[in-house]
Amino acid sequence: MNRTPVLRLTAVGLGLSLLAACGSGGTDAPGASGGDGGAQTITWWHNSNTGEGKTYYDQVAKDFEKSHPGTTVQVSAMQHEDMLTKLDAAFQSGDAPDVYMERGGGELADHVEAGLTKDLSASAGDVIGTLGGSVAGWQVDGKTYALPFSVGVVGFWYNKALFEKAGITAAPTTWDEFYAAVDKLKAAGIAPVSVGAGDKWPAAHYWYYFSARECAQQTLTDAVKSLKFSDPCFVKAGDDVQRLVAAKPFNAGFLSTPAQTGPTSASGLLATGKVAMELQGHWEPGVMQGLTADGKGLGENTGWFPFPAVDGGAGDPKAQLGGGDAWGVSQDAPEVAVEFAKYLLSDQVQKGFAEKSMGLPTNPAAASSVGDPALAGLLKVRDEAPYVQLYFDTAFGAAVGGAMNDEIALMFAGKATPQQIVDKTQAAADESK
Amino acid sequence: MPGRGTSRPGTGPGESRTGRDATGTGRGARGRRDRGARSVDPRVGSRGRQRLEVLLFTGPALVLFALFVVWPIAKALQFSVYRWKGFGPLTDFVGLRNYGNVLQNEVFTGALVHNLVIVVASIAIQLPLGIAIALLLNRKMWGQGLLRTVVFVPYVLSEVITGVVWFQLLQPQYGVVDTLLAAVGLDGPAEGWLGTPDRALLTVLVVLTWKYLGLAVILFLAGLQGVPDELFEAAEIDGASWGQIQRRITLPLLGPTLRTWAFLSMIGSLQLFDMVWILTGGGPANSTTTMATFLVNEGTKRQNYGVAAAASVVLFVVALVLALTYQRFVLRRDLDTDGGRR
Repeated sequence: MNRTPVLRLTAVGLGLSLLAACGSGGTDAPGASGGDGGAQTITWWHNSNTGEGKTYYDQVAKDFEKSHPGTTVQVSAMQHEDMLTKLDAAFQSGDAPDVYMERGGGELADHVEAGLTKDLSASAGDVIGTLGGSVAGWQVDGKTYALPFSVGVVGFWYNKALFEKAGITAAPTTWDEFYAAVDKLKAAGIAPVSVGAGDKWPAAHYWYYFSARECAQQTLTDAVKSLKFSDPCFVKAGDDVQRLVAAKPFNAGFLSTPAQTGPTSASGLLATGKVAMELQGHWEPGVMQGLTADGKGLGENTGWFPFPAVDGGAGDPKAQLGGGDAWGVSQDAPEVAVEFAKYLLSDQVQKGFAEKSMGLPTNPAAASSVGDPALAGLLKVRDEAPYVQLYFDTAFGAAVGGAMNDEIALMFAGKATPQQIVDKTQAAADESK
Repeated sequence: MPGRGTSRPGTGPGESRTGRDATGTGRGARGRRDRGARSVDPRVGSRGRQRLEVLLFTGPALVLFALFVVWPIAKALQFSVYRWKGFGPLTDFVGLRNYGNVLQNEVFTGALVHNLVIVVASIAIQLPLGIAIALLLNRKMWGQGLLRTVVFVPYVLSEVITGVVWFQLLQPQYGVVDTLLAAVGLDGPAEGWLGTPDRALLTVLVVLTWKYLGLAVILFLAGLQGVPDELFEAAEIDGASWGQIQRRITLPLLGPTLRTWAFLSMIGSLQLFDMVWILTGGGPANSTTTMATFLVNEGTKRQNYGVAAAASVVLFVVALVLALTYQRFVLRRDLDTDGGRR
């Protein structure tokens, strides 16, 4: 439907940068580009591997090829977890894709330290300017290393029809209301919440969020820098999680449930109406679409509410846990890869991205294109949040975050105490210093 | 000597030599060696030639072995003494600290216990079952071919496919297993077969048995085919019952097969990874971790590649010690020249 304007804009908008790319290519490496007429291939890894999102990104790559003759974009669309594993392997072998997803935080800092990612501060300065504050998560020492294309927050996705059936009239705003809703759902014979504790991070999100509610912003900011978890608010967060697990709101077999692979995963259970809600990120509508036969997910029954406030917590109840994905360009990638990353952040690509509910656009020009009412509500919450706390496992990096996630998953199984989460996390942090 | 050398191209022997030399490549070298051989000791030449042949034929294999076995082991040893995130240069030498971390880690020691449980349980379950089925299938009976196929098919399936299929079958509530149980009025565990920490390892063992019983049966059947028929005939003539024949003749003669199978089963159980990774990922609550899932988790999920390398070295040592001990005390009789017939 909107392919033609996309093409036209692409041709006009990128004709100039194409010329620029050719020019610089000629002066930088006359020997290399002289023989093959500047023909080059860039590899692009993304995780929109199902349905509309995949089709859209294939089209985006084709459009870019059309406006950059001689450039081939080799697209690899992978399931999210697979992509992360492959990226790690690719970084090890020094054969990283040219354009790939960076999640910011400690991970990005590691990549920067190892010299794997390109500094885009200058080459993509114009794009960085339009993105405003959302690039902060992808900056190391004041330099920007990746262009965030989707920044969102975690919250409860729910099935409006099931809530109605259980007689829940308003989305819970406090934990007392939440527990009341859980009781109502159980009374109606509906499994209240699904969680993919088999993959650990979905379970860990609860602990992160309770920490964000129990701990003051300064405490969290300090912890990311000092790697010290001595503030008692972290233990209190564990107490909150323990209370939640004890209320047994989760789907049967949640300890071995995967996050988002297959119809019996946590997201699949929500998408197919087998549970009423799930704590998940902004990508959930897209994931649910991929997990339902009609490709619609929950459709008009999709609802969203933010993580409820905790009585007496030191954290701002409007603060959100979240994060996003950004396009990073690897150090050895050709210049045209930077052009491609910039193109992915352009108004037209971001608008299409928003219209297809693939995420929450960072380009302000695309904000109004978010059609899904649930996502539009989430976008409002994101923009009103005093701060968005980056997922702890990303913020602290794999070594600390992994130990944290493992221990939180143990608590979900009833095999770890709130204090143990803090202790194990601290031990891993000390080990990584 | 010089005369022979100059006269060679035109002489009969020279021609015949080149005639033998079908490949044409090593011609000059071979001629030179032959000449030297005649002048000193006729056997040295053939020995040197043998050496060259050995080198020629084993060379490619040796190169591959060095590249894909020796080199990775050496690299693992190197990584295991560094703190390393998986990319960037190795700079952070930590000595044996990673080994300390691994050996003091209760998840790893738990994994070691799980591996040993799987080693013992695999043999304890599959050995009697495999022998029983092999003995049954070794008799002439109707539907024998079909039965053999049925028993062997799980082994042919890839581990990954088996894992995914069983993961779906074992889903709580909606899975086929629980649906079937419900049909006869039984309930699966509320948290699922794979979601209950106390039951997950047992469930994994059942799937492993389903998967690997076929290998045991096929190997045992092959062993049974090797037992000469005359022995059975003689025993039958002497009036031995079917049971007596199996106990006194078949089983003892099956010994080498059983011992070799047990060895394979042990090593496989120690290195178990795929099935556990897909079924449970080592969870819930680390109740099914194996040494292999531990090291992959440490490496790929936590990016502690140094610790993961140390764990892999420990796994290697455990497997090596077990293999050598087993060879020394159990397999040796099979390696003797009399073919293990005591």
